[in-house]
Parts: sequence; C-alpha cells; structure tokens
Amino acid sequence: MHDIVIEVKDLKKYFPVQKGFIETLISRKREYVKAVDGISFKIQRGDIFGLAGESGCGKTTTGRLISRLIEPTSGKIFFNHQDITNVKGEELRRLRRKIQIIFQDPYASLNPRMKIGDAVGHPLEIHGITKGEKKREMVLEVLEKVGLTPPEKFYEVYPHELSGGQRQRVAIARAIILKPEFIVADEPVSMIDVSIRASILNLMLELKRSFNLTYLFITHDLAVAKYITNRLAIMYLGKIVELGPTRRVLTDPLHPYTLALLSSVPVPNPRAKKKRIVIKGEVPNAINPPPGCRFHPRCPRAMEICGRVEPKLMEIEKGHWVACHLYG
Amino acid sequence: MRLLEIKDLKVYYFVRDGVIKAIDGIRLWMDKGESLGVVGESGSGKSTLAAAIMRLIPPPGKIVEGSILFKGVDLTKLKEEDMRKIRGKSISMVFQDPMTSLDPLQTIGDHLTETILAHEKIDRRKAIEMALELLDKVGIPKDRFKDYPHQFSGGMRQRVMIALAMALKPDLIIADEPTTALDVIIQAQILDLLRELKDELNMSLILISHDLSVVSEIADRIAVMYAGHVMEFSDAMPLFDDPLHPYTQGLMRSVPNIELSDQELRFIPGNPPDMLNPPSGCRFHPRCPRAMEICRIKEPPLVEVEKGRFVKCFLYGNDA
Repeated sequence: MHDIVIEVKDLKKYFPVQKGFIETLISRKREYVKAVDGISFKIQRGDIFGLAGESGCGKTTTGRLISRLIEPTSGKIFFNHQDITNVKGEELRRLRRKIQIIFQDPYASLNPRMKIGDAVGHPLEIHGITKGEKKREMVLEVLEKVGLTPPEKFYEVYPHELSGGQRQRVAIARAIILKPEFIVADEPVSMIDVSIRASILNLMLELKRSFNLTYLFITHDLAVAKYITNRLAIMYLGKIVELGPTRRVLTDPLHPYTLALLSSVPVPNPRAKKKRIVIKGEVPNAINPPPGCRFHPRCPRAMEICGRVEPKLMEIEKGHWVACHLYG
Repeated sequence: MRLLEIKDLKVYYFVRDGVIKAIDGIRLWMDKGESLGVVGESGSGKSTLAAAIMRLIPPPGKIVEGSILFKGVDLTKLKEEDMRKIRGKSISMVFQDPMTSLDPLQTIGDHLTETILAHEKIDRRKAIEMALELLDKVGIPKDRFKDYPHQFSGGMRQRVMIALAMALKPDLIIADEPTTALDVIIQAQILDLLRELKDELNMSLILISHDLSVVSEIADRIAVMYAGHVMEFSDAMPLFDDPLHPYTQGLMRSVPNIELSDQELRFIPGNPPDMLNPPSGCRFHPRCPRAMEICRIKEPPLVEVEKGRFVKCFLYGNDA
C-alpha cells in the first residue's frame, strides 16, 4: 500500500506583527501574518513533492514547519505515521537525523571558518555517531558521492575557496551524511549559475535513487519543478490552490491562478510568443487576506460566490485536487 | 552611424591579488530602435559592460583599452562633466534592485520632477505634467504621485525606475537584470511593459540578464558573454534555432523549459573560471566538449560565420 512518509493536517502558522510602542497602547488588537493558513497534504516514500508559488505564499514556512525549525500555530505533522508536531528534547534530536534540510543560499549556510571536511562531518559528532578516523572515512565517502573529487582535497579547503555550485554540493553532503529518509530542499538551485544548475538537480535525483530518499522540493520556478518533481502543490497566500501529479498540474492546470502563473513563465525561444493570461495587480497582504477565495480579486474568472465562500480543496480527477468554485 | 559601437574594450580591476580582466577585448554594436540582449553567468562581465558604457566603473576598476562609440562620440575619452550630461539625458539605466536606487525620503513625484528639472529648462508646473504623463505610460495610477518608495511593491517600484529612466527621453536605456528580484507574474508584466515601450516609442534597449528565457522575450540581437569575452553575437531567432558556440549550446541544454516534457537536462561540466587566473586560449576550453589542441594555445577571433552571426570559436571557418 501507499507508504506515507510525511503527512500534514490543517497546518497553520501565524506570525505576530511587530508594532511600535505607541501603536500597541492605542490598539490592543494583535495582528498576524497568516503565512500558512490550513494546509493538508501527504508525501509518499520516493516522491519528489514540489511546493511552488510566488514570494510570500508560505512555501518556505511550510518547509521549516515540517523540518521542525519553527513551531506551528495549529495543525498536525506526521512522519512515518508518528505525530511529530510536539516532539521535544532527545526525541526531536533523533528526529533530526531522519529529516534534513538544504537551504537556498550556499554562501550563508556554511561556516566560513570551518573546513569542508569538518562541516560535513559535524553532524556525525553532534549525533554521537562517530569521530576521528572513522568520521574522516565517512566524510570522504560522502564527498565523493556528491561529486567533490578528489575528496581528500575538498576535505581540507574552506568555503570561500569554492564556487556556488560546489558549496551547494557540500550542503547536500552534510544533509545526507546522517542517512536521512526525508529532505526538505528550499530553493536549492535558485542561487546557482545556470550552467551548473542542472548538475545539482541531477545529483539530487541520483542521490534519491541510491539512498531511497523522499524530498520536499520548494521552488518558485515552475520549469525546475517540472523537471524534478513528480507531485506538485501550488500555493497562494498561505493556501494550497491546486495539487496533483506534476505532469497534470502543468499541462492541464485547473486553477486560474496556476494557469496565470504558468503563462507568465518565460520560455527560451523567441518564436514562442504565447498568449499570456495577464492578471492584474500583485499578491495582497497576508495580514488581511481577501475573504472567500484569496485569489478572487485578481481572478479573470471570478464569480459572485468567490468573494463570500472559501472553496475547499477537492479531488477532481484521481490524485488531482483543486480549490476553486469553477469545479464541482 | 551606429547608435553604439564597442571596439576592443578592456576593463580590468586591479585588486590586491592581481588583475581581474572582467572585460577583455570585446566588440559589440547596436542600431537605433534595436534591443540588444546580453546574457552571461556570474563573472561573465555583463554588468561591468553596463558600468563601462555609463563610465561608472568603481575603483579599483579601469577602462584600460578600447573605445565606446555612442553616436560616433568616444565615451571613454569624454571629460567627466561632459559624461554627466550624457548620463540620464542620453543613456539611462534601470537596476536590479529598485529600492536601493530610490531615495526613501522623496516622493515618486519628486523623483521624477527633480530629474526632469535637473536637465530641462522648463518650469515646475510643466515638469509635473510631464511626470504624470510618464507614470501613466508605465501603468502607475496618477494618485500615487505623492507616495514614497516604501509604499510601493517591488513591481511598482521597478515601473517607477523605468519611468525615471525614460524621463529625459534618452537614446538608449540599459536595464541590468531588471526582473531578477521580481516574482514571475510581475516579471511578465514588466517584460510586457518594456516591449510595449520599445515598440511604441522605438526605444533602444540593452537588456542584461543571466536568464536566456528572459532575454528571448525582448531582444532582437543577443550577445553571449563568458569570462570577459563575447562568445557569440547574433540575431536572436537564428541563435535560438541553432546556437553555434559550444558554450551557447551547453547553456541552452541546461535551461529547464516548461514547454518540454521528458526533457533531458544536460549541464556544462566544471565550474566558471577563476577570473584572477583565467584559462589560456579560448576561455571556455577547459569546459568545452569539443575543445581542440589549438583552443588551449590561441584565443579565437570573433568572426562572421553567416550574415548577422558572429562567433568566437575555432570550430567555425577560420584557418587560425
């Protein structure tokens, strides 16, 4: 049967808005940015589950929630069917061996004073797995796996001696050295030069096969999502508006927002002067999101009901879900 | 006479550890009403090119050789005070990050009117009228004239930047990664705006980007830069149909294309060169799948292979 690695249920994260001192005296009402506002999905073992959307849609917050870097406001997170929403202390530490994260900026995610070998081997010491000569062996092995060869050379260098692509390989090595089951990759290639980007994506695919990994792949770039993910959720203002097999979502999008997003993606071909669905305006403020469907003020197909009633995420065809009043 | 012609330009940065040859002998040109796309990865020299045309190379950088002919006048030889008259008035720029280019204490209206008044001998009332007209052109509602930069979103700020760049009706606008900081829907809106303005006003534009897809939306001609050299310089259509230089070919195969299914993504092996110690000969040769013996020894010239198509590679018709 389906082997579910990650499941989130009605997950929410509200960040309180910082106000000035005078303002807090005048109004007692606290305001919140509803970064993630009630999302549910499941990730099966072996999936590369994509989370895509514009800045501020909540995709990064979702990744941080699942990797338990921040606490949810409400909702539940399950890992291998076990509720991990509130695990703490030693239990959380053990969980971290299983769930790892790769960040966007390989320049900020490595300690500039730590040699690559030490940075990659650090998790082994933190988790008390091994140290000394055995550690070195494991580090060399994993450096080789991520294509930093000869590993003996890379073991001894500092981050500033490496290019962006090589640094991201180091970050990947550090993430896989604990042999995790699940990796959150938050925009892992958006700061990498174009000619190198594909090699990082291909490396991630290769590692997935050899370590039987499952990824949550967060990206703003639908072309990248199309290449690497097999399931895809599109987020808008803290909600999932569409979810399904990547192929279906990107070739037969159901939600008007997905359609608009897709038609805005530039194509490397000047002949492809495709018709764009121009949507007006910009993403509204997540403090006071529009009532009903959050996309309705910009939606070219909005109806009367959309401003009043929030559409539920419903399964339209097998495995393909959409939250829109146009359907059903 | 060409609008812009760059000949044998060399721009070097003299840093403590040596000399970074950011631009090392390039040749480029464009005519009035054309849009030129400059594509390259980090360290290719594309942003240095923009700074060189504006004569805004920060120290320790210097234009060490070559000429930049703008309407026949060599900008590299101009006195600073004459260059100042060209900036904004004849050539203007749109940068990647509009927030750092706008004064947070000035309203958008003031930005525009002050810019106009600094260069044109007209009264304030007329300048305000012109400013309102510009806002209208770039799609900003007139009632936002008195708003400050922080009250605008990223996309709206970039519209303001474009209005500012157009304020003095320059002959040439240089846009350096104008949409890189923007979300994809807003990027599409800004690219549409640039294309409209270009078609409507016959504006000449240099669009600098790391993204081939973005450039392909606007450019008539494209220059592909790598490690301080122009590797390929060509009309846009044939370049995308049939890229000649192995670097251009590799770049195109490594870009995910949303319109393709089952795309096999390739990548260019190796890493971009260390610009303090660039490779000898053709700078791409260590990463080139078709490198020959000569590529290591000699730098290939930029030659015209067919009409409107120039390439800097020994694979194409020259007897070296």
